[in-house]
Amino acid sequence: MGYTEEELAKDLENQEYKYGFVTDVEYDEVPIGLSVEVIRMLSEKKEEPQWMLDFRLNAFKVWQSMEEPDWAHVTFEKPDYQAIRYYSSPKGKKGAESWDDVDPEIKETMEKLGISLDEQKILQGVAVDFVMDSTSVATSFKTKLKEMGIIFCSFSEAVQEHPELVKKYMGTVVPVSDNYFAALNAAVFTDGSFCYIPKGVRCPVELSTYFRINKGGTGQFERTLVVCDEGGYASYLEGCTAPKRDENQLHAAVVELIAMENAEIKYSTVQNWYPGDKNGLGGVFNFVTKRGLCEKGAKISWTQVETGSAVTWKYPSCILKGDNSIGEFYSVAVTNNYQQADTGTKMIHLGKNTKSTIIAKGISTGRSQNSYRGLVQIHKSAENARNFTQCDSLLMTDECGAHTFPYIECKNSTAKIEHEATTSKIGEDQIFYCMQRGLSEEKAISLIVNGYCKEVLNKLPMEFAVEAQKLLAISIENSVG
Amino acid sequence: MIQIKNLHASINGKEILKGLNLTVNAGEVHAIMGPNGAGKSTLASVLAGKEDYEITSGEVIFEGKNLLDLSIEDRAKEGLFLAFQYPVEIPGVSNVNFLRTALNEIKEYRKEEPISAKDFLALVREKSKIVELDAKLASRAVNEGFSGGEKKRNEIFQMAMLDPKLAILDETDSGLDIDALRIVAHGVNTLKSDKNATIMITHYQRLLDYIIPDFVHVLYDGKIVKTGPKELALELEEKGYDWIKEGVESI
Amino acid sequence: MDTILQQDTKLALFGANWEKTNLPFDTAVLEQANTIINTLDFPTTKVERWKYTRVTKISNKTFTQDKTATIQSLPTLPLKDAYNVVFVNGVYDARLSTTTFEAGLSVQPIDIAEEAKNYLGKMANIEDKVFAALNTAFATSGAFIKIDAKKVVEKPIQLVFISTGEHKVANLRNVVVADKFSQARITQVFLSENANECFTNSVSEYFMEENAHLVVDKIQYEGSTDFHIALDYAKQPQNTTFKINTVTLNGLLVRNDVVIDVNGQNSIAYLNGAYILKDNQHVDNHTFVNHYEANCESHEKYRGVIDDKATAVFNGMIYVHPHAQKIDSYQSNGNVLLSDTASVNSKPELEIYADDVKCSHGSTIGQLDEEAIYYLRARGISKKSARALMVSAFIGDALDGLDNEELVDYIHDILEDRFGWTF
Repeated sequence: MGYTEEELAKDLENQEYKYGFVTDVEYDEVPIGLSVEVIRMLSEKKEEPQWMLDFRLNAFKVWQSMEEPDWAHVTFEKPDYQAIRYYSSPKGKKGAESWDDVDPEIKETMEKLGISLDEQKILQGVAVDFVMDSTSVATSFKTKLKEMGIIFCSFSEAVQEHPELVKKYMGTVVPVSDNYFAALNAAVFTDGSFCYIPKGVRCPVELSTYFRINKGGTGQFERTLVVCDEGGYASYLEGCTAPKRDENQLHAAVVELIAMENAEIKYSTVQNWYPGDKNGLGGVFNFVTKRGLCEKGAKISWTQVETGSAVTWKYPSCILKGDNSIGEFYSVAVTNNYQQADTGTKMIHLGKNTKSTIIAKGISTGRSQNSYRGLVQIHKSAENARNFTQCDSLLMTDECGAHTFPYIECKNSTAKIEHEATTSKIGEDQIFYCMQRGLSEEKAISLIVNGYCKEVLNKLPMEFAVEAQKLLAISIENSVG
Repeated sequence: MIQIKNLHASINGKEILKGLNLTVNAGEVHAIMGPNGAGKSTLASVLAGKEDYEITSGEVIFEGKNLLDLSIEDRAKEGLFLAFQYPVEIPGVSNVNFLRTALNEIKEYRKEEPISAKDFLALVREKSKIVELDAKLASRAVNEGFSGGEKKRNEIFQMAMLDPKLAILDETDSGLDIDALRIVAHGVNTLKSDKNATIMITHYQRLLDYIIPDFVHVLYDGKIVKTGPKELALELEEKGYDWIKEGVESI
Repeated sequence: MDTILQQDTKLALFGANWEKTNLPFDTAVLEQANTIINTLDFPTTKVERWKYTRVTKISNKTFTQDKTATIQSLPTLPLKDAYNVVFVNGVYDARLSTTTFEAGLSVQPIDIAEEAKNYLGKMANIEDKVFAALNTAFATSGAFIKIDAKKVVEKPIQLVFISTGEHKVANLRNVVVADKFSQARITQVFLSENANECFTNSVSEYFMEENAHLVVDKIQYEGSTDFHIALDYAKQPQNTTFKINTVTLNGLLVRNDVVIDVNGQNSIAYLNGAYILKDNQHVDNHTFVNHYEANCESHEKYRGVIDDKATAVFNGMIYVHPHAQKIDSYQSNGNVLLSDTASVNSKPELEIYADDVKCSHGSTIGQLDEEAIYYLRARGISKKSARALMVSAFIGDALDGLDNEELVDYIHDILEDRFGWTF
């Protein structure tokens, strides 16, 4: 029974965005704006090898040649790319070797966020990489993992220590030219996490990265690369928060997953960037490119709970290249006030007997707009491909919107594709039933919404599921008037 | 326990209850019978607090409190339980989680300690036996995928768990085969005590063979037009509601 | 409208040799059409609405008008007992048409119907629809149908559009006006006779008054080299039902746009569609249902069977506008692929801005159930018949919505002809 309603009630006491604090630490920065010089400076500060700098400069050129996209279902004021600071790193030892080396202010931040990189956490079996603004601050559990041949470190460290792996895989799943924000990220990404699981190794702990935007006026451009070699297994968790700020902050990340033959990667996200206030002021622009490649018999499973950000634009996708590979996408997206979410997935079936499952639950309240956009593409080569898609939208107020835009493209006659979508109001009769049994309206709604999302929440690792449940309850707060 | 005085209620401007009077004391079982459209289910919904209905006049005193002033959930917390004619499915919410939340809300209201997980599970085991409800059903989502009979048994199971003062059974017998009816009736009879009371709303006399009422009321056109002992139900069954209608209309 | 400002767009050149329309359009409507023709071009696949359909097969060709073509006699028509109104290459043929109608019903060629001026182009928004703009500028004829208040039309009105000759174009324009409490069935049949690469470009507008009930069938059975682009636009005030059945049986490239604005309460829209394709046919069905008012329903069912190298596209949108509460809407699209080279693109969409609604859609792509075929064969049914039975059951889902045996029989006969399926 895990997380109970009483616990939820306690957590609800502090209902406003509770991660909205700013940590006061000193920063090492590059000047505001974007240019070849800034990129050179950034690369230099990170003491990067020439090939990395070349990669960035090339990406910058590509980015400059691209046009910023206009998306169908979100409206926002476009960020001024010259008003952003592209590198801002908490001063102190980079990539602290041990917990003791971490700045006490940052330690406090992590504690407020409920991440402690201490022994206790390690005992719980979670290895954490903490990225504040642009830099990975600390990675726990490293030595233990090293013994198994698992590499789990900050991206910067990987560039220095494992250049052959980074060179080989970076940009192979999400090419530099993939889209405007992927190109921008490739030019200016500052840090992120890198993970390599060797052949046949099942990573025994959950690998976790916690991203936090702290400094005002900075963008966060992190890059994550997870490579799971043949028969390997990794479960990766990603959490995100940012302080409350009036201006919009840009977050443009790239995540690449590579699952080799018979490997399996589970990637879970609880995204809780600052969504802006009740009037739609401020909040994070979350423009993220996430994609995974499955070789023969491999499996990639994306699970996401999206409650934050003013604008979310992300489609964690799977390229099912190998025969018998499997792609999964489980998503809960909650929007409130003036939030806009346009999220979904792409399942590209290339190999034979490939399977994909999509379960997407959207909950809209306030004056928010919540869209599912998805693509299921069955190529000619993908014999006996299977897809099942279920998209459900729940509407809580008459001023919000819920939209479903699935693209289904099939070029193989042996494919079986099923897509279903429903949109409905939260059940008045369900609320009445719960209240007749003594539950308050608020609690009834929270219970019903959590039940509604259960299929997705069940896919999250335990401690993430608890956090996600709490987030859901907070996000739909005061939504029925 | 409950006094309903001159209750008038309407929905979308149409008056359904037209001056209903009823008093139920602790330890009593009342049956309310009547033809379709007489206002039987409206009475149950109005007592539970369904907001679609507008109370135009009258009062309802429940355990000394003005029931109509209370919110839906506070009525439940005061000990009013409605066994729904059509129990609602709530996907993804397990029966046990649902009941534990409800039980603890009620306990908190009564300023009692919340029930521990261990005691709660013991209670589930004990009470589910009363209605022969498979323990597996208790861990499934509320009413989801339940058969008609299972849903009704689940209602009585919830009633057993929440131990209300006044239980209103709204057409609990409808759609039940004879075995399920026996089980449900057995559950209700087991839960009966001199401290609680039951109002059974039904169209047919059949249920009353299994749960013997102390009083039978006939509801017709928004009012109780006849009250009698349990034999009244048999008379109704035999003569049909037309007999009542004629009686009323000739007045 | 004397001159059309010629520009060098393909679109402007496309109709350069055609005679301008003599239909009683409002000047404003014509001006808009001309502006579109002179400023826009044919859509590319970068335009979302044309993402899966290339129109170069049409835009690269030159079509000519032909106002003198005739046919000897009527081909086999689906409805035996109906008012027939016949057009050949977009020109009314009085000889083959019914000329007297029951009281309360009037049917005229639209080019001579003065009253049509009040309706033509008043509904169909051509803003981003270049084919509808072309149609407006160059329409030659079509039917103007008026049904008086309370009139229940006994017999169906069968509009027969025949293409004949080589590279001929027919810009057809129909207007249906259904007054209060009226009821009628209008069956549009598109056929070809000795035709090669002919192009039918049709726009129909359905004007309904309160409590009117209209059924519209569109049976598309032109030749395997012909092109067909159609826009059907209906507006529903309160207490109306509008049903449109679109059945595509042949044609090289067919694009159907159905737009329904539900503007009054208690109205119901039904959209049924069936497309059965083979060879290198390409059929694209776009539907758009706008729910502007509360308490309405829409039910949509499209079924497709795709063989050989054919491609099917389905794009259905249910759009519930703010405050249109209590909408009950269902949209379903099912596709069966019969060959390895067939393909389908399905995009069922929901865009919803009101909360108290029940909207859903479903889309499936698959094969005929081999288990079921095996079962049928085990009962002594031949493989071919078994497949035919399964196909029939599959599209039957949508054809049942036609609610007319004659039409279904006609469709079955064609399928037997084209695919060798016996039903």
